[in-house]
Amino acid sequence: MSKLKSEEEYQKTLAFHFFRWLSGSRDPYVGKVEMQPQKEYQEEESTIQERMCEHQMIRDKVYDRENNKWLLFFWRFYRIMAVVFCIVLGAMLIVTVSYLPPTGNASNPDNNEVAKRYIESGMQETGAVNVVTGMILTYRAFDTFGETNVLFIATCCVMIMLMAEDAELKKRELQNDRRYEPKNDAILQGVATVLVPIIFIFGIYIILNGHLSPGGGFSGGAAMGAGLILYASAFGFKKTQRFFNEEVYKAAKVTALCLYGLVGIYYYVMGANGLENHIPLGIPGHIVSAGIIFPINICVGIEVACTMYAFYALFRRGGL
Amino acid sequence: MQVFQYILLGFLVICAFSVSFSKKLLNSILIFMSYSLVMSIIWICLESPDLAITEAAVGAGVTSVLFFVTLKKIHAIEEIKEEADRKKGGDGNE
Repeated sequence: MSKLKSEEEYQKTLAFHFFRWLSGSRDPYVGKVEMQPQKEYQEEESTIQERMCEHQMIRDKVYDRENNKWLLFFWRFYRIMAVVFCIVLGAMLIVTVSYLPPTGNASNPDNNEVAKRYIESGMQETGAVNVVTGMILTYRAFDTFGETNVLFIATCCVMIMLMAEDAELKKRELQNDRRYEPKNDAILQGVATVLVPIIFIFGIYIILNGHLSPGGGFSGGAAMGAGLILYASAFGFKKTQRFFNEEVYKAAKVTALCLYGLVGIYYYVMGANGLENHIPLGIPGHIVSAGIIFPINICVGIEVACTMYAFYALFRRGGL
Repeated sequence: MQVFQYILLGFLVICAFSVSFSKKLLNSILIFMSYSLVMSIIWICLESPDLAITEAAVGAGVTSVLFFVTLKKIHAIEEIKEEADRKKGGDGNE
């Protein structure tokens, strides 16, 4: 707003129209379409009673199992067919499984040169001792990026459906929150006091050691999210909101996803697999090593932890 | 070890059947939790500990908690506490 434009002048610009269209403040149909003001529909007492009566009659007729032979037959047939269908489906699956090649056979189709390459030169090329993490975060980094995006979109959808925007509704949800549960339960709080730090440290350990030991971003993030949920259910959302409110959630989630995308793009642009890239691999076995795996693990961990906690908070009270 | 794995697999099948045959939704969720826990032990036996960690955290932890919250939202869990609260005088807010 550096230029001093008058209100009327501003309203003629493209930016004004664009932002008005974006915010949807103007209904495009108003003034363009012929319409009539509608009266509010009010039902008379007699019509309501008639409708209810009809409804009851239909109900009685439909669910009259004693007298309706066809209905009885249908119900029996339905039950028998359901059982038969389940048994046939299970049998088909079991027969299919018996045709699968045995585990660990040398001639299995999954035992090809790709797996051999990963196992033989995975550690040299990715710098990760844990071959699984090295595989999913370097050779298949874009797959994992897609998975992280799926998590992001899932939380967005849950937010659209369950987020309580209305102030009145929000207040009611807050009051209802701990109504049916014991408040400040001593056993739960005692257990949470001991367990939550351990769970958190374990989650951080899994994330930071993703390239050295089993685990990685997703497992560690899930453990941390579970710890957050335990904390919130033991001490209430007021305590959680001191360090994890909506602002922190948005910042952490978007930053993690963007950082992951940037690191991935950098890796692919600068050479990816087999070509020279500028992120040093370090010495295999050290904490800070394995090139891009370390930062990506942290990003995925933050993303997953946020998602888990957000699901819980949104289900519980429609807000973070 | 082989016998132990067969016992666990048998337990999985029993869990899967009893989930579908239990009348109460709450019991089904608890059985589902134990199913996930046994599944995570089986993952360790199959030498994939990272899957075991994820299964224990997501399957036994977060998913069941979400189920519990949903049951509470649709009032499928019996609310005995409500009566007790009312007798006490109903201190609604925290």
